[in-house]
Amino acid sequence: MARSLFFNLIQVAVVLFLSPLLEGILARLEEMVQSKHGPSIFQVYRDIWKFLQKDEIVSSHSSWVFRAAPYFAFVMPVFVTLLIPVLTDYPLFFAFMGDMLAVGFLFALSGALITFAAVDTTNPYGSIGASRSRMVSFLAEPVFMMVFFTVSFVAGSTIPYIVQKSWAFSSQIFWGPSHILVVIAFLMLFLADENRIPVDNPHGNFELAMIGKSKYLEYSGRGAALIKWGGAMKFMVLCIVFCNVLVTPWGLATGKTLGGVLLAIPLIFAKLLLFLLLLVAIESNLSKLRLFRIDEFLGASFVVCVMAMVASLMGI
Amino acid sequence: MAGFGSTQTLIGLDALASALFLLVSLAIVATRQMLATLRLFVIESLLLAVSATAIGIGTHSIHLLIVAGIVVVTKVIAVPWVLKFTVGGEIYGRREIDQALTIPTSLVLSAGLIFFGFFVSERLFFMVSAPEFTLLNLPVGIACLLLGMFTVTVRREAIAQLVGLLVMENAVFFAGAAIASHLPTLAEIAAAVDLPIMTLVFGLLIRQIHRKLGTTRVGELSALGER
Repeated sequence: MARSLFFNLIQVAVVLFLSPLLEGILARLEEMVQSKHGPSIFQVYRDIWKFLQKDEIVSSHSSWVFRAAPYFAFVMPVFVTLLIPVLTDYPLFFAFMGDMLAVGFLFALSGALITFAAVDTTNPYGSIGASRSRMVSFLAEPVFMMVFFTVSFVAGSTIPYIVQKSWAFSSQIFWGPSHILVVIAFLMLFLADENRIPVDNPHGNFELAMIGKSKYLEYSGRGAALIKWGGAMKFMVLCIVFCNVLVTPWGLATGKTLGGVLLAIPLIFAKLLLFLLLLVAIESNLSKLRLFRIDEFLGASFVVCVMAMVASLMGI
Repeated sequence: MAGFGSTQTLIGLDALASALFLLVSLAIVATRQMLATLRLFVIESLLLAVSATAIGIGTHSIHLLIVAGIVVVTKVIAVPWVLKFTVGGEIYGRREIDQALTIPTSLVLSAGLIFFGFFVSERLFFMVSAPEFTLLNLPVGIACLLLGMFTVTVRREAIAQLVGLLVMENAVFFAGAAIASHLPTLAEIAAAVDLPIMTLVFGLLIRQIHRKLGTTRVGELSALGER
């Protein structure tokens, strides 16, 4: 019991302290592909530290929503970490507190608050970004639901720990159409949700073309640090959901010893690095879609997911 | 974990190939670029070869291995070469393709077609020679046959329609490989010779259309004219 709680806290610590590193490595890899040197992989830690040192300036027109949003953006990924298998393949202390739908709700809550906060500042670019990112997320919503449906059909459960075990039953299930198609649909969803390249350019600095980034333009000091750190954690949590729950349960600790759990940290991190290589390949090969073609991208992922569900219902 | 040549591994390989086959056929419906449709067709043919190889090893059928070889030679090498030879400028011109329906609409319709294909194929499971492979290949093959037909219907562009026909041909092979794993060599050779010739004829036809009209957008050819 106490051990299970302790492991759960280790999971939170791993996500809390390794997520900026993951984002730093991704940025560095992408710069290297473009034949540039790129920032240090520890740059995100330095940015967060720098923001924490600075004063925070808040617009006098804004309300409490603007001040509360960074805390939600920071706390929600931590809550989600309690629910998903980060290091162990058996359920930990908080595993049955919520299922994959709860994960979706928690992220939706913080996303909605950040959108309100962006509108709250009365900065015009904030409103543009907020409405655009709402457009992306309402197009992504049906895909999210279909992914949940398909996964729970295959696994007979929506608890992430149980879902991840159901893929490894036989090679026919693992390599079967329903699993492969769900993975691909979730990957497209991930790209849309994290504002990665075919949907949005995360490195762009032109306000009129921004989707995700323009919501944070008004933040400074501690608020900016929390949002940056929360964003890095959300990225890592979604990577972990993709790698550990939807793709493979490989590399997770099976034993209940502390050594086994600590050994799982580098294994999982190596798996995430492989996923980062995939992301770099996608982002370096594709160009950003026009705004009104995003519905085609997410529509395609919806259809892929419907196919996955039909395939799993028909027993193919 | 099962060894490399075992049935489990082969079924896994076939399952992966059929999942990606379905995905690539859908991508051919959804893509806008001319060159991308041709590349996706080549990938699809490679997946067909992988699936035929897996079934061939699994059911000890030398014929399917020959089919896989023929597929690689004709569809991966010959067809793109023939198309480049006949209508190269049109394909490599990096153009976008017109279509009669918008892409989201055609995606939704193709989801319906896939569902229909899966449903129909359940009735065909009695003609089974290798149950575990048929269960994968038959529904995916029939669904992709319908997707190819859909591509031919909605595209307003001769080359994209040709790719749609080739997708239908691929899909028939994909389903057929699982139903009749011991087809005679004569049929294989016929298929091998047929396809490049069909592509050549179509390519020459498209080139003729292009020479007469300056475009290959056959969707705009709706009225008869006399000279």
